[in-house]
Amino acid sequence: MSETTAKRHMGLKTSRAITNTTIHIVLIVISIIWLIPFVCIVLQSFRVENTGQVGYVIPKVWGTANYSNLFQTDFPRWYTNTFIAALVTAVLQTVIVLCMSYTLSRFRFKMRQPLMRFMLILGMFPGMLSMIILYRVLKDLGLTQENATPGLILVYIASSGMGYYVSKGFFDTIPMSLDEAARIDGATRAQILYKIILPLSKPIVIYTILTAFMGPWGDFVFARYIAFGASAGKNVAVGLYDWLSRDQISNNYTMFCSGGVLVALPVTILFMFLQKYYVEGVTGGAVKG
Amino acid sequence: MKQLSDLEFLKLSKGQKFGYKLGRFFTGIPRAILNFFLKIWGFLKKCGVSIGRECADIVSTFIHGDWKTKTSFFIMGFGNLARGQILRGLLFLLFEIVFIGFMVISGGYWLSMLPTLGKVGPSKEYNELLDVYVTKYNDNSFQILLYGVLTIFFIIAFIYTWRVNVKQNRIAEKILATGKKLKSGKEDLHSIVDDQFHKTLLALPMTGIIMFTVLPILFMILVAFTNYDGTHNGYTNSLFTWVGLDNFNTMLSWSGGSGGAQSYAATFGEVLIWTLIWAFFATFTNYFLGMFVAMAINKKGIRFKKGWRTILVLTIAIPQFISLLYVSKMFAKNGIINGFLMDMGWITQAIDFFGDPSKPWLARITVILINIWIGIPYLMLITTGILMNIPADLYESAKIDGASGWQQYRKITLPYMLFVTGPYLLTSFTGNMNNFNVIYLLTGGAPTNAAASSASGNVGYTDLLITWLFKITTGAESKYYLASVIGILVFIVVALISLVVYNLLPSIKNEEDFR
Repeated sequence: MSETTAKRHMGLKTSRAITNTTIHIVLIVISIIWLIPFVCIVLQSFRVENTGQVGYVIPKVWGTANYSNLFQTDFPRWYTNTFIAALVTAVLQTVIVLCMSYTLSRFRFKMRQPLMRFMLILGMFPGMLSMIILYRVLKDLGLTQENATPGLILVYIASSGMGYYVSKGFFDTIPMSLDEAARIDGATRAQILYKIILPLSKPIVIYTILTAFMGPWGDFVFARYIAFGASAGKNVAVGLYDWLSRDQISNNYTMFCSGGVLVALPVTILFMFLQKYYVEGVTGGAVKG
Repeated sequence: MKQLSDLEFLKLSKGQKFGYKLGRFFTGIPRAILNFFLKIWGFLKKCGVSIGRECADIVSTFIHGDWKTKTSFFIMGFGNLARGQILRGLLFLLFEIVFIGFMVISGGYWLSMLPTLGKVGPSKEYNELLDVYVTKYNDNSFQILLYGVLTIFFIIAFIYTWRVNVKQNRIAEKILATGKKLKSGKEDLHSIVDDQFHKTLLALPMTGIIMFTVLPILFMILVAFTNYDGTHNGYTNSLFTWVGLDNFNTMLSWSGGSGGAQSYAATFGEVLIWTLIWAFFATFTNYFLGMFVAMAINKKGIRFKKGWRTILVLTIAIPQFISLLYVSKMFAKNGIINGFLMDMGWITQAIDFFGDPSKPWLARITVILINIWIGIPYLMLITTGILMNIPADLYESAKIDGASGWQQYRKITLPYMLFVTGPYLLTSFTGNMNNFNVIYLLTGGAPTNAAASSASGNVGYTDLLITWLFKITTGAESKYYLASVIGILVFIVVALISLVVYNLLPSIKNEEDFR
């Protein structure tokens, strides 16, 4: 190796080292920016000297009063509401989405293309619009205000068939030859689904359950519309939102933080374990559109 | 603009090429729209032809059919029963009985009231026994409209079933004529899990979609032609009725409202323009920054790749309402951000990020910046997978040819990404147009737009069409009819954008290619 190339080699090496260090620093900064709000919210949930909003982060007096105070409010009730809604929705929505996506991926029937096009157009209407009528109808059925949870579950699952894209993309990747082989062996189409496709679809089933659970867990707008005005029917999102309204914020701000921590904790833990499936679903779904 | 051949195009300079592409894009728009209408026309023509064919078929079935078939025209399922297909016959018969029963008991009433949406509103009646006036509720416009639409759905379903019933007779006759056997009830039941399995699977999801999406949307489209609002709720205070195109006139006319209030059209224009700007920046800032973060993490020699990714991915898990609400309070006048800036001595007076009507753009830019914080983790995830799919030899050969990092990005990464994620970008753009959560939870639409808000539901400078729609439907006045008009207009805008972009996208892939 001549001296000049060695020098150039060294130059390249140092320049690469510099780039990499810069990128590392940028990534550290990014991580800090992304984590700051969550660190702040945890810190402030332990602040007991003042229940309102303050301009500093580190509490002056630490304590768990904000957590224990939660149980004197309607928060446990909201938490139960949300949990029930999310759990039921996770199960039923998964069934519906899988039915829909499996059918649209596996079967070739006459109405298939028109159906998919129709749902694409349907998706262009703002979903908010149908809330007005659904509210009135659910009210007639007695499923609003205090009894909002069953009404909400109905709203969440009823239209969930429209979100079939990601799992359809997954089913599309399972070779058709599997189905054909089973057909030759005399399996009915239902047997093919239960005995062959479903065991292969664990990642997408878990992904669907996870997203179906997280939707109601963090839903704000539908819950606000349907539980309108009644504290017993609220979910955590609506309840915590109201704590930050102008006349409540000075008393409930730190309680909002502690409530937020309690709401975020279970999904974050769930997410940590199932992260792999979520990543697979998101990356796979986006490529196939 | 005239289409150039490849050779002519290559001769152009860089600027000319760009101009040419831009020109082609815009001249493509009218063609795309024209194509769309031609498609609709073709669709209608096809519908007309097939309806005509069906009618001819029905008539010929009646003329050539035997007495069993002829009776089936009036008593559904009779042919099936007479030919031994008991299960099918009973189902048809049951459906006919239910339909006739429904039409006699209530369907006829709903249909007859549909043109007026109710005649008698609530009235005060004197109750002699108690010596008070009692409100007596009569017609209910809301129910009339809702059940009227349902009745029409039901009639269409009936006509379809009747047609199937007639067709089955014809087929059965043909099969028997060739000496074969008809399917038994047991075989019919078996086909539910086999030949007809797709119908079984679709039954539940489609019922949900029709009842909870199609019907409400249809209903709300109709509401746009009525005067349904908080003061005409159709039952307890006064009935609502058809008003034709009045609401569209209100929304789209430029003449100002009473008391110097801004006209609806002006407000609509302002909100629409902001919605489009927001959707553009929210989509593309997230897209490019997310891509850069993903590329940075993917880069050779970066350590703790999994750690960086996990940190970002975990922020997706935390429900948006918590992070959005918390961040919105961080930016409040007495929030942490202002506290920090003042401690540092960079500002002396707290900045009112979301409350200052004289600085609408401060609020708007802040919202876009916060949205980057929300969106990057998700985009990082999506792009990571695609970036890894780019064949590595492309980069190798580029490096050998001496391409710089930026050139590699411009010539390899970006075109590949845009090609693959084209459809995603489109849905993301329209999704952002309707991004209720971010705007409503962050700012609630603030700062208030004083000129526009007096007449049109407290609209603010960061309000999107969707949050405006929401605001209009809450509160005492609750102008549902205006909300429907906005909803329809949103649909038209979204559909137009999708149509144009979709036709121009290079990556309209044939889905069968995956097999």
